[in-house]
Amino acid sequence: MDLASISPVLLLASLMVAATPILLAALGELVVERSGVLNLGVEGMMITGAICGFAAAVETGSPFAGFVAAALGGAVLSLLFAGLTQVALANQVASGLALTLFGLGLSALMGQGYVGVKPPPTPRLDIPVLGDIPILGPILFGHDVMVYVGLGLCAAIWAMLKYTRAGLVLRAVGENHDAAHALGYKVVRVRVMAILFGGACAGLGGAYISLIRVPQWTEGMTAGAGWIALALVVFASWKAGRVLLGAWLFGGVTVLQLNLQAAGVAIPVEYLSMSPYLITILVLVIMSADRSRAPGSLGRIFHATG
Amino acid sequence: MRLEKILAGAILAAGLAVPAAAQDPTKVGFIYVGPIGDGGWTYEHDKGRLAVEEHFGDKVETVFQESVPEGADAERAITQMALRGADLIFTTSFGFMEPTITVAKKFPDVKFEHATGFKTADNVSTYSARFYEGRAIQGHIAASMTESNVIGYIASYPIPEVIRGINAAYIHARKANPDVEFKIIWAYTWFDPAKEADAATALIEQGADVILQHTDSTAPQAAAEKAGDVITFGQASDMAEYKPYPRVSSIIDNWAPYYIERTQDVMDGTWESQQVWHGINEGMVEIGEITDAVPEDVKTQALALKAEIASGDYHPFTGPLNKQDGSAWLAEGETADDGTLLGMDFYVEGISGKIPQ
Repeated sequence: MDLASISPVLLLASLMVAATPILLAALGELVVERSGVLNLGVEGMMITGAICGFAAAVETGSPFAGFVAAALGGAVLSLLFAGLTQVALANQVASGLALTLFGLGLSALMGQGYVGVKPPPTPRLDIPVLGDIPILGPILFGHDVMVYVGLGLCAAIWAMLKYTRAGLVLRAVGENHDAAHALGYKVVRVRVMAILFGGACAGLGGAYISLIRVPQWTEGMTAGAGWIALALVVFASWKAGRVLLGAWLFGGVTVLQLNLQAAGVAIPVEYLSMSPYLITILVLVIMSADRSRAPGSLGRIFHATG
Repeated sequence: MRLEKILAGAILAAGLAVPAAAQDPTKVGFIYVGPIGDGGWTYEHDKGRLAVEEHFGDKVETVFQESVPEGADAERAITQMALRGADLIFTTSFGFMEPTITVAKKFPDVKFEHATGFKTADNVSTYSARFYEGRAIQGHIAASMTESNVIGYIASYPIPEVIRGINAAYIHARKANPDVEFKIIWAYTWFDPAKEADAATALIEQGADVILQHTDSTAPQAAAEKAGDVITFGQASDMAEYKPYPRVSSIIDNWAPYYIERTQDVMDGTWESQQVWHGINEGMVEIGEITDAVPEDVKTQALALKAEIASGDYHPFTGPLNKQDGSAWLAEGETADDGTLLGMDFYVEGISGKIPQ
């Protein structure tokens, strides 16, 4: 056992990287579910974002263009889900699952020419002064822009849901769509916008994997990250702050357990491997003992009846 | 949905039963554990499938299903393939062993071939490659090139095939450089690029400057490239896009000749259950180009080792070798028998850490 070989600074820095994809995707899904829609297509939108972003970044040479394309790609795919569930009033669970299958296939098709291609590197944000602070510098200020976008997005969503009129409308639509409709809010329009936002966020999360975390394109490379993001939203009881905590916990324990293994710590590997799931669920379940509950209209089909 | 398909299949089968027979193309099915674009394990199996198509032309029809999870769902996937009329089905991951045996009982007329397993039946063969021969060469190059003397190893599942690879690499690494140390991470996945990249990064952060992988994607190669002065080896496939650095060599699994041969056997009606375990000599294991990043003398030694293994003059598991707990395993000059190798569940002396149970 050689615990000294684990550098806490590098560990915390990798935690941020490991947490960002699921954080982005989960934040998007949080907004979608708060508007009363259950979109199980997160995995499909993530992988589509991963290839859209990858392709755009390779073609233009700009990682920034890649992330824009990823957000667009995710949003366009989610539009399909929006059309099915909000216009055609199809079942949300089935539509979401179909979206995941479709996204996986579509991305494999789009990615045919990109296997083995290397994306342009995403520059790390080099903040002068702050980045030079010992210990805190590399942990907090030495990352790529997307890590901060994730954090900013989390704060923005929290504030939006809690303090703004738009947030109130969104929550009203999610809690009771009939009442919201009676008050004159455009339920379908609000939901379509939420779904598009969720798609864009999932796309960004996927592109973070293909452009920064790995970085390369491989078919099926999100490998279930979308499902983890979905679960995270539920265990975080639909609260932005807890989603962040959950993503950090999950990312952190994942990276930590790999480091502990490499350092030869005498805990059986099986326990280490399941620890990210167990610890994240445990902590979030204990925290949601305050009887937070799902949005009232979650997953229910809205049909305006006069 | 499924029931409908089965019924439709049954009706079709009944209707076509009479005129079918002889003229039908032989239908060959493949069950893959990852996507065909993984750039590694599944990619090579699919190359084998394409070789079968090219070789036989109209006389065969191939079908495949990718990303089939190991476990209960595999049984469904294999059953469905058999129901769709496959004459020969290759199941290409260790975890498909039990499902293959179970399904094979229900379809006695269909031939099954399971990769890397050890259970056979009248209509189930097993086939595998002696990857450990390639691992020996890999270990030699790795230990000759490392400067930190720390070699990182991303393992997948604690099954004999993976443990054998670790042992073979370790034995030959120690021979080349007695100071090397292995750091092993069990990823518990065959294919998860993000996790594989994280594992590679964790190993690199802890001082490894060589990454060996027994997972299927090229993600560790990308992570090594990002880190800079770290070398890697292609796994299962050449992974040539990372040549000449970080990827300095590779183990390539060449399944095509075997797939063609077995398809021919089914066509001729000469297919019999067997257990095949081929290595460098038969061409099932190939060593990819050793790039110029490897010093000339190391390359020469590696190629000499390869020639010795191929000719059968040298066995990578030759005594004296002890098990991890210090107990004697092989005496001076004694070589390991296939039975022990196929069921290998112990580390050799010198490796630290425990194999997960």
